[in-house]
Amino acid sequence: MMNLTIISEWLSHYIAAEVAFYAELIVIAVIYLSVFALLGLFLVWLERRVAGFFQLRLGPNRVGPMGLFQTLADALKLVSKELTGTSKADKFLYKLAPYFVIITALMAIAVLPFSGELQAFDVNIGLFFISSVSSISVIGIFLAGWASNNKYSLIGGMRTGIQMISYELSVGMVVVTMATLAGTLQLSELVALQKDGWFIFTGHVPAFIAFAIFIIAGTAESNRTPFDLVEAESELGAGYHTEYSGMNFAYYFLAEFVNMFIISAVAVVIFFGGWLSPFGITDNIPYVGVFWFLFKTMAVVFLMMWFRWTFPRLRIDQLLTLEWKYLIPINMVNIVLMALLVWLGLTF
Amino acid sequence: MSYIGDIINGSKTLLTGMSITGNYFFKNLFTRKDVITQLYPDNMNELKMFDRFKGEVIMFHDENNQHKCDACTNCEIICPNGSIEIVWERVADPETGKNKKVLLNHIYHLEMCTMCGLCIEVCPADAIGWGQDFHHVTRDRADLTKVLNKPGSSIMPGVKEKK
Ligand code: SF4
Ligand code: SF4
Repeated sequence: MMNLTIISEWLSHYIAAEVAFYAELIVIAVIYLSVFALLGLFLVWLERRVAGFFQLRLGPNRVGPMGLFQTLADALKLVSKELTGTSKADKFLYKLAPYFVIITALMAIAVLPFSGELQAFDVNIGLFFISSVSSISVIGIFLAGWASNNKYSLIGGMRTGIQMISYELSVGMVVVTMATLAGTLQLSELVALQKDGWFIFTGHVPAFIAFAIFIIAGTAESNRTPFDLVEAESELGAGYHTEYSGMNFAYYFLAEFVNMFIISAVAVVIFFGGWLSPFGITDNIPYVGVFWFLFKTMAVVFLMMWFRWTFPRLRIDQLLTLEWKYLIPINMVNIVLMALLVWLGLTF
Repeated sequence: MSYIGDIINGSKTLLTGMSITGNYFFKNLFTRKDVITQLYPDNMNELKMFDRFKGEVIMFHDENNQHKCDACTNCEIICPNGSIEIVWERVADPETGKNKKVLLNHIYHLEMCTMCGLCIEVCPADAIGWGQDFHHVTRDRADLTKVLNKPGSSIMPGVKEKK
């Protein structure tokens, strides 16, 4: 499954095989880390640019071509900033919290199939792995809210608990719906099964409902407007990361964007055929899948940005009403509907 | 059933909102016609500020170098920052022989002005208004103290003196 072993094969010409194995792991980790950082920077730039266009502005346009280096400049600024904190903070937890968020985002990105050849870790419970790993990031946000010793952080952190734990349920149920259709949780197999038609078409009505729920719950999971009660600038300062500065803040900031990418990537894998090209036009050429995967993911990311710059923020009771009175019941009916369709062979 | 009706209505209103913002986005993406961002230092020469932009207080003069200010000092009195000083004198009217206020200098301290617009609102003769120039950078504070009536200007005939 893992054609990146060429790295260790190539390395084993020079060093012992066992060493080459670990060297390979390190090389891949470094590649993923840099991809992760670049991705975060690119998405922040995209968000600003898209926001600008939505509001009849231009967005960043001075630093580098089309303002592409603006976020790089911002990152440099953040790196050079002093790491401050409150004196009464729980120092250990306070320092630990950002790593929960950033590392879980990194772990989730490891299982994403960028193309048929490019997937670092193809575990057979891929979808389950992603949803369980990303639910750990709640702990990071909780810890940040608690350890900062600041009322706004605490309110933000508690809201996270309510919001992310509620909406995780919806995401999980959508995954169950699609797993009913596919019969597997392995990401590479999920993509392979869609060779003859993306699941959003083969699963028609329930798949479409599932996609609608997934995109709503996914937006809530990544704490983006209209579900950004966790940060809610106008009410809570900056929510759980009010007391963070410099790189610690940047971790949260990057993780939010990378989480958005992961949610979109999962949507692409379970609904839009992953790295498969439309009508199989380039499926035989290796590595072109990367283009299609990123293209589709960016389309879903754009959809989420469109939400952000259109909808007003929900109140906390509206947020819970939406989840518990609408999404969950619809989701339950939807699972039964999907099971019926699969049972009766009514899927394409 | 209102439950299903709510869902349909909700989705419909959300889509309406998205179509409006989407319209803005794609129009901007392809034409850039409605973009309000000014690429400032690049378009320094052709940049025309908007009519309602508050750059500084100016006094309007017509082609005969005549203004409408009859030195009533309303603006001086109302300015919360004391940015305006009216210097005037009494001159006998050649026709009626009555003494009349005549404006000598309308002194405006841009460095103290907060652009609140009260002076413009209170002026009974509409003699002053907003100018759009915003290039006020200078190295000397004194440069920001301006005399609004142009040298050698006089009052327009027909502007009534207020009691
Ligand atoms: S705009 Fe306001 S502050 Fe400025 S001169 Fe007029 S009254 Fe004074
Ligand atoms: S500018 Fe207007 S308010 Fe001020 S002294 Fe002249 S007429 Fe009166």
